[in-house]
Amino acid sequence: MSVVKGLINTLADPRLFFMLAVTSLVVLVWKREKIAANSVGYGLLGILAVFFIFGSFDPNFRLIVTKPDNVPIVGLIFLLVFFTWYSVREAVLNDRRILAGKGPVEKEESDRVWVWPDLVYTEMISLIVCSVVLIVWSILLKAPLEQPANRSLTPNPSKAPWYFLGLQEMLVYFDPWLAGVVLPGLIIAGLIAIPYIDKNPKGNGYYTFAERKAEVTIFLFGFVILWASLIVLGTFLRGPNWNFFGPFEYWDIHKLEALTNVNLSEYIWVRGMRTGLPTNWFVREIFGIVLVLIYIFVMPVVLARTWFKRYYAKLDAPRYYVGAFLFLMMMALPIKMLLRWLINLKYIVAIPEFFFNI
Amino acid sequence: MADTKKEGAGTRFWNWLTETQIWKSIFRHDRPNTDRTRVLVMLSNVFLHLHPVRLRKSGVKLRYTWCMGGLSFFLFLVLTLTGLLLMFYYRPTLEYAYTDIVGLREHVPLGIMREMHRWGAHAMVITVWLHMFRVFMTGSYKPPREFNWSIGVIMLVLTLLLSFTGYLLPWDQLAIWAITVGSNMARATPFLGHEGPGSALLRLGDVPLIHAYDDARFALLGGSFVGEGALLRFYVLHCVGLPLGIAVLMAVHFWRVRKDGGISGPL
Ligand code: HEM
Repeated sequence: MSVVKGLINTLADPRLFFMLAVTSLVVLVWKREKIAANSVGYGLLGILAVFFIFGSFDPNFRLIVTKPDNVPIVGLIFLLVFFTWYSVREAVLNDRRILAGKGPVEKEESDRVWVWPDLVYTEMISLIVCSVVLIVWSILLKAPLEQPANRSLTPNPSKAPWYFLGLQEMLVYFDPWLAGVVLPGLIIAGLIAIPYIDKNPKGNGYYTFAERKAEVTIFLFGFVILWASLIVLGTFLRGPNWNFFGPFEYWDIHKLEALTNVNLSEYIWVRGMRTGLPTNWFVREIFGIVLVLIYIFVMPVVLARTWFKRYYAKLDAPRYYVGAFLFLMMMALPIKMLLRWLINLKYIVAIPEFFFNI
Repeated sequence: MADTKKEGAGTRFWNWLTETQIWKSIFRHDRPNTDRTRVLVMLSNVFLHLHPVRLRKSGVKLRYTWCMGGLSFFLFLVLTLTGLLLMFYYRPTLEYAYTDIVGLREHVPLGIMREMHRWGAHAMVITVWLHMFRVFMTGSYKPPREFNWSIGVIMLVLTLLLSFTGYLLPWDQLAIWAITVGSNMARATPFLGHEGPGSALLRLGDVPLIHAYDDARFALLGGSFVGEGALLRFYVLHCVGLPLGIAVLMAVHFWRVRKDGGISGPL
């Protein structure tokens, strides 16, 4: 038992957790034909259920999972796994039909039906089911109320509401001006921009993967991995001082994690050239600044000629550049994560003089 | 039991009821069991007329919509109703906020309004996300529905803000520290936060224009920390400002679903 728990604790380490999440996405996309089988979907839900039942015997696990505000996230995990699988399954089934020249199922269902009774009844049943679930949930689980607000008593950990924990998790890798302001702003802008960038006329109004591979993969990466899995990580696996704790680990306030993160400028000037850090901030950070500028301004051009050649040809220049910029901004997070994990990089550009750290 | 040859008592009662003047004054048409009355029921009822009269077969299937948009709307209605009831008991001041919540849980027998409001809010965040996910996976944001997707994104943001502002109101440790952590970000807003990059550039001679007492966070909280000003601000936004905003956008959203050709489907 304790071996299994130990193993799961190890696998839940943010680095492995993130890698596992990415790997499952890759497998999902790559092996989608196999994964579309019903047995896989229900099997996944079964494994999850077994995991939570098994876990609930462990006091540390129970403590964190049954915190009233965390209960919805347990539900979210199940729903998300199910719907991710389900939408891919529907896409695969449609793709098979399209390949056989039959067109998507939705095409066959193009006839019009009466809203009354067909839709109104479905709606009514959904409302009743939803109300029953909500009422039972409300009777079984009391809304939390802790001690009265006290400004001189900071709880540890202090967590934002759960739907913002993905952003709070980003704070590990970026300063607040990026993690809390600029990147959320770009997420909103990027979501709004999706329909205006995506020019692919196919896959409008039916599930399909084959006809919009890149779009679906990028969205799944952004939504399921960066958005949802980081929320799960931030909720269940981050404890006091925002340290990592495995799901079966006791939240020890005194757990120490060595902080040996180093800035790029220090790597280059101090460790590389063995001179001290220049006093002028611009000279000191010039390498990082150039790197960031290259990433934002040169990368899209390079990508247009190499990996993204096909997309550059399909989209016009403004769409391509806006899309590439947003894509690179999204990838900034996993890139920074990797740099942190591989070489303990703290900041690429560090100008604390102006609160400007990247 | 009932005589099977004659009409049962229920049917006779129903037939009588639907012929009364009161019934006929409310419902302006016969029971919707013919094509004509099925059109009429949708057109003459202000609530039902959010719907079209007919729609694609795929559009009524759970398989296609997951009913997540509909459930988001339903949860919004539940939250409006339960929120209204909570407002009878709750006063947004440092003196009363916490004790009113305690009172709500201790003095209201069988009270589950607070629970329904809180869990409903969590559930709505989840249903809105799943709705967005479904709309993406069916490619329903593609022309002509681009604009409705954009409205949806704004409603998603408003949903999160509604949840966030409500989180503060119980005024317990959970509340103020979650809001403190969340709103601390505003300090770092570029140019407009006093710890944000570029804010030091905004100065008149020696006088900084952006400091802890006038920056973006101050505007959000009505103070330099989560205190009385923040409670009142969040309360007003939570109970009036944001719900009004999202309600207007929902009206536009539903209108556009119909004007953009109903639920999406292959051409
Ligand atoms: C407050 C939240 C929201 C409510 C109450 C809501 C409600 C609805 C409803 C009832 C529908 C009809 C079809 C269905 O149920 O799926 C719909 C469709 C649609 N929604 Fe939303 N929605 C919300 C948020 C969003 C968000 C966040 C997005 C996208 C980012 C979005 C984009 C769309 C689009 C594009 C359609 C048309 C889909 C189609 O024709 O297949 N909505 N919405």
